[in-house]
Amino acid sequence: MKHLLLALMCLLPTLVHAGEAKDLADDPVMERRMINLAEKVRCLVCQSENVASSRSDWSNDVRQIMRDKMKAGATDQEIMDILVERFGKSVLFDPPVDKETMPLWLAPFILLLLGVAVLFFQLRKRRQTVPESVLSPEAHQRAAALLNEEDNK
Amino acid sequence: MMRFILPLVIFLALAGFLYVGLSLDPREVPSPLVGKPAPAFTLPQLHDAKKQFSSQDMKGKVWLLNVWASWCGACKDEHPVLMDLARQNIVPIYGLDYKDKREDGEDTLRKAGDPYTLTIFDADGRVGFDYGVYGVPETYVIDKQGVIRDKLIGAVTPQNLRERILPLIAELKKQ
Repeated sequence: MKHLLLALMCLLPTLVHAGEAKDLADDPVMERRMINLAEKVRCLVCQSENVASSRSDWSNDVRQIMRDKMKAGATDQEIMDILVERFGKSVLFDPPVDKETMPLWLAPFILLLLGVAVLFFQLRKRRQTVPESVLSPEAHQRAAALLNEEDNK
Repeated sequence: MMRFILPLVIFLALAGFLYVGLSLDPREVPSPLVGKPAPAFTLPQLHDAKKQFSSQDMKGKVWLLNVWASWCGACKDEHPVLMDLARQNIVPIYGLDYKDKREDGEDTLRKAGDPYTLTIFDADGRVGFDYGVYGVPETYVIDKQGVIRDKLIGAVTPQNLRERILPLIAELKKQ
């Protein structure tokens, strides 16, 4: 009895799986277009999640507003502009390259260049300070002999 | 000598960055609306659905627009601060009851007190959206020309009131 109960309990999660919340998908084509667009918008209340996958109230609202604007004939670009106007460029997952976001885009390359420069100078300095060790002919012979000995074993 | 100083400098710089990073709130997104004209709207009032409020009526006044809701926890924290501010009669506070039920909003104000000169009722949150509201409470400082001069995300506290909002209001009133 106990085991049966346990087995049934294990099955419980399959029953309560919520699945994707159903949106008002009276127009599947538009819904798809809306989801595509919503994937590019950051959910401001849930950090690193996009509006398409977030179930927060705010994201629900944004999706509904997207639907309404699409019904009213707005283009994707117009809808994005409306969002940026109100919430700033940080709502975009892929912020445009412009004066304001330039440091953000350039920083990795500047850091990379800096790293390469440091590495270059370090290596050059090292080559100057550490003389290349040159083996004398005798030492070469000895090393070869030792290696051969090892091979022949 | 350099070999000890350099790592120390790098460590201190990194520690400095991390320390500043800790004090930043990632939820606080700078509003692009600061410095722009406040979006115009007309909405019914909370206490009387037949009466309308239009943001155009506020031309020539410095005012606060405080976005709140009965379901919002942090709004309860800032409520006593707003009550206090209202008593001082420095600046009119207009409430925007955001995505709320009319009864719930009225009930909250009846029980806790009403700091608002007038409360505007934004049932579906469309005006809130136009103002870029994403986390209640939010407070906007709007000047005589109807331009948003500051936006405070999160609760009004005695500290940010004293250090940020009141000095700005005093300055705006002079203009």
